[in-house]
Amino acid sequence: MKNKIRVLIAKPGLDGHDRGAKVVAKALRDAGMEVIYTGLRQTPEQIVKTAIQEDVDLIGLSILSGAHMNICPKLLELMKENDIENIPVFVGGIVPPDDAEELKRMGIKEVFGPGTPLSTIVEKIRQLFSEVES
Amino acid sequence: MKDLLEKMQNGDIKSLAKLITYLENHPEDRFVENLPSKGAKVIGFTGSPGAGKSTLVNAVISQLRRENRTVGVIAIDPTSPFTGGSFLGDRIRMKTHFLDDGVFIRSMGSGTSLGGLNESVFDVIKLMDAFGFDYILIETVGAGQSEVDIVYVSDIVVLILSPGMGDDIQFLKSGIMEIGDIYVINKSDLDGADFYKMRLESMLSLSNVKKPIVKTIATSGVGVEELIFNIKKLLSKFHNNGEIRKRKERRLKKHAESILIKRIQKSLEKISEFDKLSNVISKVINDICKNN
Ligand SMILES: Nc1nc2c(ncn2[C@@H]2O[C@H](COP(=O)(O)OP(=O)(O)OP(=O)(O)O)[C@@H](O)[C@H]2O)c(=O)[nH]1
Ligand SMILES: [Mg+2]
Repeated sequence: MKNKIRVLIAKPGLDGHDRGAKVVAKALRDAGMEVIYTGLRQTPEQIVKTAIQEDVDLIGLSILSGAHMNICPKLLELMKENDIENIPVFVGGIVPPDDAEELKRMGIKEVFGPGTPLSTIVEKIRQLFSEVES
Repeated sequence: MKDLLEKMQNGDIKSLAKLITYLENHPEDRFVENLPSKGAKVIGFTGSPGAGKSTLVNAVISQLRRENRTVGVIAIDPTSPFTGGSFLGDRIRMKTHFLDDGVFIRSMGSGTSLGGLNESVFDVIKLMDAFGFDYILIETVGAGQSEVDIVYVSDIVVLILSPGMGDDIQFLKSGIMEIGDIYVINKSDLDGADFYKMRLESMLSLSNVKKPIVKTIATSGVGVEELIFNIKKLLSKFHNNGEIRKRKERRLKKHAESILIKRIQKSLEKISEFDKLSNVISKVINDICKNN
């Protein structure tokens, strides 16, 4: 039995804006979660090591640079190598619908486009968490 | 569980991380007590929000790594008393070490019970010590009186100040400043650092223990070697004069106290009838004796 949801919010890619990521991070905090926030320009290697050390329940990526088709498969591959592929990954950012489908096929659990209500994100994350817990 | 412990003792990071989570969720499980200590040095870093604690911890890690020491970090940020959630952002400043296998960083919420510190931090330190880190660095924010709690978990406390935060000098009067064994004036690249140091020196001269003051620029690493030199010097002094042992005893006592308080609260909640105070007290004592 676990009393708190731990979420890693990371911002891979080279673009320099993390306002959106921070807004989501704070919404999750306000929903009672522990949010580990690592800031800009995270490589998949850094994200995986952080996820292991922090023993997070979920990983959220904020990607605005359009690099999602590049970053996500790399991350998922690396997670598999490190035996943590059971941690659900969700993506927030600007992702065209076709790409979103493709990402989900790869194993990304959820894609949140711009304008997704924060309450929806919170709810989905709780749902993802209870799915892995059980 | 046994499996995790064995793996952890053989140096497996993932098992260490899982055990920390387990401890956070099962504070009553005392398995850590049977783990042998490997003699980690536990250094607390505290100070006002934004003083540069994480940046300084980052710079200290870099220096310790140059000396081939392994480092475990516990980075504590406040838990909201209203929602129970926390935004743990200290890692932002420690990115340089994310890929280094000699560095383990764990973020924790301060929790809502014991003031500035999450109660499980006592056990997490024991676990990290058993894992075998040479140094354990703990960062906590100094938000109020409760901050003195960092004193109970570390061998040495480094208090981080920065010029332009005039209010820090106010802290001196309130007693918070006294918890520092070493004072750091960080951001000494900013105007007013020398003046700030002078004021601090004159405040501290009133006390009869002479404490080191080190000026640093955490962003560039200036002064960090001097800081570590002072930490080591003080550690060996504390070893020789018995202070370390005294502090370990104090830590144990505080930990026992926090567990007992929780235990008492639990028993109090079970009571339905509040008639006479003496009855309530003996009911609590009975309940504790019965269930222990
Ligand atoms: N000029 C200057 N800025 C610094 C120095 N050290 C840290 N900073 C900056 O101060 C800001 C806060 O630094 P942090 O290391 O996050 O401070 P902190 O005390 O850990 O903050 P909290 O954990 O939020 O309480 C950052 O923008 C740092 O870059 C320094 O020596 N000089
Ligand atoms: Mg910090």
